[in-house]
Amino acid sequence: MSQHLLQVKDLHTVFPIESGEVRAVNGINFSLEKGKVMGIVGESGSGKSVTAYSILRILDHPGKISQGEILFEDTDITRLPKNQMREIRGAKISIIFQDPMTSLNPVYSVGNQLTEAILLHTNRNRKQARARALEMLELVGVNEPAKRLKQYPYQLSGGMRQRVMIAMALACEPDILIADEPTTALDVTIQAQILELMRELRDKLGMAIIMITHDLGVIAEMCDEIIVMYAGRVCERGTAEEIFYNPKHEYTKGLLRSIPKMTTTRERLIPIGGSPVDLLNLPKGCAFASRCDQAMKVCLEEQPEEIEINNNHRAACWMNVKPQAQAQGGQEDE
Amino acid sequence: MSEHLLEVRDLKQYFPIRTGFLKKTMLKAVDGVSFTIDAGETMGLVGESGCGKTTVGRSLLRLYKPTGGSIKFKGQEIDDRNIQGFRKEMQVVFQDPYSSLNPRMTVNDIVGEALDIHKMCKTEKERDEKVVHLLELVGLNSDHKRRYAHEFSGGQRQRIGIARALAVDPEFIVCDEPVSALDVSIQAQIINTFEELQSRLGLAYLFIAHDLHVVHHMSRRIAVMYLGKIVETAIADDIINRPMHPYTQSLISAIPIPDPEKARARQRIVLEGEVPSPLKVPSGCAFRTRCRFATEQCAKETPVLRELEPGHEVACFHPQMP
Repeated sequence: MSQHLLQVKDLHTVFPIESGEVRAVNGINFSLEKGKVMGIVGESGSGKSVTAYSILRILDHPGKISQGEILFEDTDITRLPKNQMREIRGAKISIIFQDPMTSLNPVYSVGNQLTEAILLHTNRNRKQARARALEMLELVGVNEPAKRLKQYPYQLSGGMRQRVMIAMALACEPDILIADEPTTALDVTIQAQILELMRELRDKLGMAIIMITHDLGVIAEMCDEIIVMYAGRVCERGTAEEIFYNPKHEYTKGLLRSIPKMTTTRERLIPIGGSPVDLLNLPKGCAFASRCDQAMKVCLEEQPEEIEINNNHRAACWMNVKPQAQAQGGQEDE
Repeated sequence: MSEHLLEVRDLKQYFPIRTGFLKKTMLKAVDGVSFTIDAGETMGLVGESGCGKTTVGRSLLRLYKPTGGSIKFKGQEIDDRNIQGFRKEMQVVFQDPYSSLNPRMTVNDIVGEALDIHKMCKTEKERDEKVVHLLELVGLNSDHKRRYAHEFSGGQRQRIGIARALAVDPEFIVCDEPVSALDVSIQAQIINTFEELQSRLGLAYLFIAHDLHVVHHMSRRIAVMYLGKIVETAIADDIINRPMHPYTQSLISAIPIPDPEKARARQRIVLEGEVPSPLKVPSGCAFRTRCRFATEQCAKETPVLRELEPGHEVACFHPQMP
């Protein structure tokens, strides 16, 4: 068995629709190790959520994985039959969604929803499951957990609901927790509590976390390793320090430039021009080329491969390619 | 003294809530808020959800009928009879891009409706051009014109809402979380657009948001709200760098910093618990239940805004001098 908990290899996910094929994820590679927090950052439509949903195979119709493999403990889970996949979902890999308001079932009590997952994936009986649910609520810092078990989602605040979601996701001690914008819908002081909680639980339970967010602040605080996605591809990956202090992809640079900083001298923000790329008609070359100030001829014609900047850092941008290497790279690609 | 564009005095907005059979409790969403906004100025309003910041914005526009207090626009008291005349001058960009667009209207109709109502375009062609111009301004394109709201992502819908507000060239816009649904790269475009429009047309904004980075960037002054009251107000840099109210301090320390080293180095003041229900606001200072410095006095008396430094007002018995 390899040391990687999860390996995503050349993943392609498409949504065939009437007017063509929406290519949401176009060849993603990454691996996740035990106990690490990996951040996936990107704009809406960059494929970060679709990547997560592909891993769990909970893609909305008509989405499907068209190519590539996802190895979880060396098993390709893209080819598992439905019933086996169901055993992985929630038990080994679980997910917390962005919106705690809509991802809990309004007609079941919190206790009911929590015990359901536990009964499904463990050998506990109803009473034990109930006890486990109570224990989980305590763990995630819900006050008066016994009372909360009987309550319905509408009776809880947003932060409480997100805690319940986390409790539910962690009830079966998964190896991987996918957090899809877990704090976007929450207030900053509650966000701080939830991020703190996730860090604590990671240390306590040792699970790996895939943190999907568009908030560079959250990424900076939480993640060991960062993947920057654009148009369904990885444009840059590296440690938090490398990405924030030494960005090598024009898109990453643009992202970092476009966030307001809380400095006294208020500089005008430098936005990234243009609009996000149309996933129905992906360009031949680099998907970011049409919005990039530094775009060259080669960018429009050829897809840049990921190039190693150093041991902890790779970027897929022609700017990092030396002229002669570029010519060679071009030949290899053909 | 020059006249303020907008002057709000002791604004109160209560909602009767049924809390039992025949029993009603007043939910004090906004409880005595005063501030002024000058022409061409941006004031930021921050606070957590449920603190009443959105309600302030809506009461200003009389989308709710305020329970008490006075609102003056260009020195003229706004009331039910004359509000129609102010609608073109005061616009709003709403928070929720899902419920604020009519699902049965095309984008062309949504953005163009205000143009029609206020008879701003003489010819069909002019109207078309204006709509396309507005759409481009907010990061959409002319192809989107014939589509319906459901065909757009949350972010794109919010852009349509912004285009709609900008359509009538208003003088004052209540921006209720206008960029929180947008992607960072687009967010910067919209913020710049807001700023450009402000310098070109002398627009004034009430910028309501929970993202302090954005509010700080946009605003000259910031007011911090907690449970229906303003707890601290100062120029933007002072709120960020020299907050004095314990609530503001913890709010500032909770903001994620997009800089890994600084983020790790910083000491957080993590607030315990959650905002109390606005139906059961604690006596005295509403923040005392979560405050590290709370004393008996805080439970008995309600602190009012005091000017501790020029232009820096704090409603706290134990302000923490930085």
